[in-house]
Amino acid sequence: MVATTLPQPRQRRPFSWGNPLTYVLALAVAAVSFAPVIYVILGGFRTTGQLAADPAGLPDPWIWHTYANVITQSKFWSELFNSTLIAIGTTLGVVVMGVCAAFVLSRYQFRGREALYTYFTVGLLFPAAAGILPLYLLLRDLDLANTYLGVIIPQVAFQLPITIVILRPFLAAFPAELEDAASIDGADRLGFFWRILLPLSRPALVTVAVLAFVASWNSFLLPLLVLQNEGLHTLPLGVQNFSAEHSQDTAGILAFTSLAMMPALLFFSLAERQIVGGLQGAVKG
Amino acid sequence: MTTTGSPVLAGRADARPARPRPDGTSRAARNRRKWYEIIGLTGPAVIVFTVFVLAPMAFAVYYSLYRWSGYGWPTEFKGLDNYFGEYGAFKDPIFLDALRNNAIILVGSLAIQGPLALGIALLLNRNFRGRSVFRLLVFVPYVLSEVTVGIMWQLILLRDGTADSLLKNLGLGDLVTGWLADPSVVIWTMLFILTWKYTGFALILFLAGLANVPPELTEAAAIDGASWWQTQRHVTLPMLGSTIRIWMFLSIIGSLQVFDVIWVASSPAVRSLGASNTMATYMVDHGFNQREWGYGNAVAVILFVISFIAAVVFQRFVLRRDIEGALTTRKG
Repeated sequence: MVATTLPQPRQRRPFSWGNPLTYVLALAVAAVSFAPVIYVILGGFRTTGQLAADPAGLPDPWIWHTYANVITQSKFWSELFNSTLIAIGTTLGVVVMGVCAAFVLSRYQFRGREALYTYFTVGLLFPAAAGILPLYLLLRDLDLANTYLGVIIPQVAFQLPITIVILRPFLAAFPAELEDAASIDGADRLGFFWRILLPLSRPALVTVAVLAFVASWNSFLLPLLVLQNEGLHTLPLGVQNFSAEHSQDTAGILAFTSLAMMPALLFFSLAERQIVGGLQGAVKG
Repeated sequence: MTTTGSPVLAGRADARPARPRPDGTSRAARNRRKWYEIIGLTGPAVIVFTVFVLAPMAFAVYYSLYRWSGYGWPTEFKGLDNYFGEYGAFKDPIFLDALRNNAIILVGSLAIQGPLALGIALLLNRNFRGRSVFRLLVFVPYVLSEVTVGIMWQLILLRDGTADSLLKNLGLGDLVTGWLADPSVVIWTMLFILTWKYTGFALILFLAGLANVPPELTEAAAIDGASWWQTQRHVTLPMLGSTIRIWMFLSIIGSLQVFDVIWVASSPAVRSLGASNTMATYMVDHGFNQREWGYGNAVAVILFVISFIAAVVFQRFVLRRDIEGALTTRKG
């Protein structure tokens, strides 16, 4: 049936309505993925009593004050601020350091280049969690425990290997003629990098930026160890604190959890195309 | 000095015809400048990566040879006691349980998430109206933080909670069990949550891989009279090979370091029985919470060695042909 709907033009096949089976399957998959999230959001609109009496029911009546309480009385806003600050810092650090290193690794000829590249990719071979205890001790000794930088710098370091692995082939793919032309126009290598390569690399830069941002936004173990001062806690820590401190207040936990996941959901729905698109280069077969 | 040092690289660098430089600088000066640029641009990344990723691993090896509370410099040398001694990790049944749990998660993830994500990817790669909305919904579990996911499922799976009540309403009340409390069940509950969360990651990779399959190929197959399924089986899937191998690699590494979801969703009491511990939760419990830094670091080293061996073996035997083509894009 699909064969008959295939049109001639090769650029973009128009969407068809597909067959019902496709929709049933897609709906089932989407429901399994999304239903728990709906449950959490709706649960925040019910009282803990309602939740206990009929765990799977719908809000009736809708209660707004649980959400209002979370927003006004918990540390939600300061945690949101901390998460944002750390994620932006991490993203900037990763993109700047990553693109500089990837530029050298892709467009300079020098002895030891492949060795240097391998050195970075070693980071992909083992889990960052394995080094977390000595890393904590190091951060403590450097007086970086309980600071934003104590989370940002290690996160930049963890994220560098994958960033360089994604950026290097992208930067290497620009033809040498481009560089020659820039050189004839009087640009040295750095000028070429700054004025020509960087603007052209925007899609790949956005991809690595989004990946770094999401990784930082969701990270838990490192902030858990490094940020013992509650005023510095990020949202994932906040979610855990809230659920531990208000263990009897199921509705409150649901409300806090759904508020905490909103920024990530919004951000991702805006950036989804970019992520999938950007990974295409990295997983080219 | 260095351009001439390596004939191969120098040859490549000099392959382009020599041009007069507008600034008229000497070859040596240009060369010096080049090295300043190389060091200036890669230096920060090298330093940060070395100090905060690789050096801690070296320190872990050193600390793991001591009994140490974390204050001052370690002095009580224990050799390999933290590993093989009477109270060493390999003599602790709780640690061996953690190893087993990591193995369950690793095998379970590979066996379930891959096929599941592949099926969904092929489905969502078809052209139908509303496809992008479905894609967005399916990615949601992957986007949510591990902590959110852990808390969410903890609430859903509470005794007599939503999941239990749904099962009863469906007439499946007999299935109800202590999802998070029964030591013989909890690791499977964790595997379920991890599957729910990380299938979306495999899916993102597979969809990106599928987008690289030239439509001409599937169209040609269709014109030759192949059914949709035949086209997927013989044209699309083979082209996903390298993507699947990369996903397997990342999934293995990820499974060995699982921490967040387990830490949040299963109670410390259940974990301490060994029922749902992983190497990482065991490590943080002992090293950080109980201040047994030497012992905790020994566990870190074991985690590191296992991951590294797994990675190298996988690289050597499975990923080898993708080394150029996969993580680093084949040239041309």
